[in-house]
Amino acid sequence: MKNIFVLVKQVPDTETKIIPKADGSYVEVTNIKWIMNPYDEFAVEQSLLIKTAFPECNVTVVRVGTVSDNECLRTAMAMGADDAILVESEGLIDSFTTAKAIKGAIEKSGRTPDLILSGKQAIDDDALQVPQLLAGLMNLPSVSVVVGFEVAGNVVKLKREVEGGSIEIYELNAPLVVACNKGLNTPRYASLPGIMKAKKKPLAQYKLSDVGVSASDTKVKYHGFQLPPEKPAGKKFDAMDDAKAGAIVKDVVGLLRNEAKVI
Amino acid sequence: MAKILIVSELNQSSLPKSVTIEILGKCKGHQIDVAFVGAGPSEAGSKMLAEYGAQNILVLKSDKLSSYSCEGYSAAVKEVAKSGGYHYIFTGATAAGKDYFPRLSAELQTGLASDVTNFTWEGDKFFGTRPFFAGKCLAKVEMQGSGPHLISIRPNALGMPTEKAAAAGAGKVSDTAVNVSEVKALVKSIIKAASSKVDLTEANVIVSGGRAMKNAENFKILDELADVIGATVGASRAAVDSGFAPHAMQVGQTGKTVSPSLYIACGISGSIQHLAGMRTSKVIVAVNTDPEAPIFTRADYGIVGDLFKIVPILTKEFKALLGK
Ligand SMILES: Cc1cc2nc3c(=O)[nH]c(=O)nc-3n(C[C@H](O)[C@H](O)[C@H](O)COP(=O)(O)OP(=O)(O)OC[C@H]3O[C@@H](n4cnc5c(N)ncnc54)[C@H](O)[C@@H]3O)c2cc1C
Repeated sequence: MKNIFVLVKQVPDTETKIIPKADGSYVEVTNIKWIMNPYDEFAVEQSLLIKTAFPECNVTVVRVGTVSDNECLRTAMAMGADDAILVESEGLIDSFTTAKAIKGAIEKSGRTPDLILSGKQAIDDDALQVPQLLAGLMNLPSVSVVVGFEVAGNVVKLKREVEGGSIEIYELNAPLVVACNKGLNTPRYASLPGIMKAKKKPLAQYKLSDVGVSASDTKVKYHGFQLPPEKPAGKKFDAMDDAKAGAIVKDVVGLLRNEAKVI
Repeated sequence: MAKILIVSELNQSSLPKSVTIEILGKCKGHQIDVAFVGAGPSEAGSKMLAEYGAQNILVLKSDKLSSYSCEGYSAAVKEVAKSGGYHYIFTGATAAGKDYFPRLSAELQTGLASDVTNFTWEGDKFFGTRPFFAGKCLAKVEMQGSGPHLISIRPNALGMPTEKAAAAGAGKVSDTAVNVSEVKALVKSIIKAASSKVDLTEANVIVSGGRAMKNAENFKILDELADVIGATVGASRAAVDSGFAPHAMQVGQTGKTVSPSLYIACGISGSIQHLAGMRTSKVIVAVNTDPEAPIFTRADYGIVGDLFKIVPILTKEFKALLGK
């Protein structure tokens, strides 16, 4: 294990009230609190756990996004990553473009990856595409939704969560791409000395064109952002009085059958 | 008329998963083939596909396809995608679909619109809608460049077609040998979950418990209700973080996004992150002691009451209604 790359994305905090832009091209992104995509925290933490076991390992965090705020790369380096790469992009780009940009950035670093880690999903576009797409572009195997991770030499043992909470067990050789799920580990907080050190760690910066991406790589176009239709107000019944609860619940069950027709 | 391939999966009774039928219903009038990887459907299954308009039913075969793998499935579908000349390839956004369709996108060098919740056709051109920010907003999706374009559809989102195809498809089943080279990430073994219930993301009815459940033991009353109405049990993050339920059961922005016909929230306040994961449910019932709980602003039917009293009555009334 020598080179680990961790993909991180900066996303609006989960509390954010999402407001579509007037022209529907995306959502308003001014005055938003940005956070590291929560699933990416598990990926960063996993890379650092591996680095503890393989001290010669170099951890590079990679982000594709707008430059205005680079907080999440600094956070990852404050947690312990060694260096960072930013590929600057403007506005909303699709998963194919993102994956191709990451591939280009990794190649530009001159280091051959042993492991590429990411979160299983980014909570802004919820596309669940980039890690597996990147693996396809780089001709590497990938395992997604990973909740268990062991490394022994060059062999990686993984647990992947599937339908109904069943677990698939994988055992394969590096290099590979792993997309991490909640439950894998407990991400650490950056320490104060870590934050100070992070300021001096190297951050390479590229444009999309530097990493071989062009407009023709856009395969999916998103537009017409709008709020979902508001539901009309529902019916509310007060069943705090035990004497009435029976009759009220019976009514609701009747409504579910005859009015809502879902049972 | 567009040429469409729907890659399907089998349910426990060897019938196509219902999302396949949902997609077939929405693609009426186009030329549609259905493919299965590894093993095909039962006779009843292929008859059903034909009734909803499927022409050819391809069963993709290779000795490397006896169990699921991202690389194997992607390689298999890639082969028929090319030889079949399809304009669009659909699948359900299931655990497998979410995993290998992005790889297929890389291998075919075409785009994937993932987790689409609705779509329309203008002639042969697909216009999709998909949620962003866990459903806090919706966006339109359009495919760029040449196909085959890939689309994954969220189960239960389109709804079942109300009628069968005007003219049934041929529904001709044939094995198709595909070339799958080395698979590096192969499932070595599976630890089966205790529950054999449908996964939350595909469930048609869900009963969820929140912090108010107080402990894991109390989830038993939700299990009892769920058994009567054929539901899968979910949980809020507060319930998961308190150790009442495993993370696989979490509904919300950092859990599973669900869209059942009926969602019953018990002792869940309705935080923005929880609502994000279940707001597309068709009908929402909330049981909460606090009449001001935000969940009531989303509920079609709100019951202000103590879940420990209300849930057992619900179970009893549903039993009576369903004659169980
Ligand atoms: C980054 C981030 C991601 C998150 N992701 C998720 C997510 O994916 N999913 C999620 O659910 N949350 C998520 N959360 C947490 C979320 O903010 C809430 O804390 C959580 O949803 C609250 O769960 P709850 O409704 O069960 O608990 P509470 O908010 O504590 O609500 C309990 C409710 O039960 C009611 N109650 C109490 N006793 C009874 C009784 N006897 N009968 C009936 N009702 C009763 C109360 O009135 C109250 O409304 C996330 C938070 C963050 C910061």
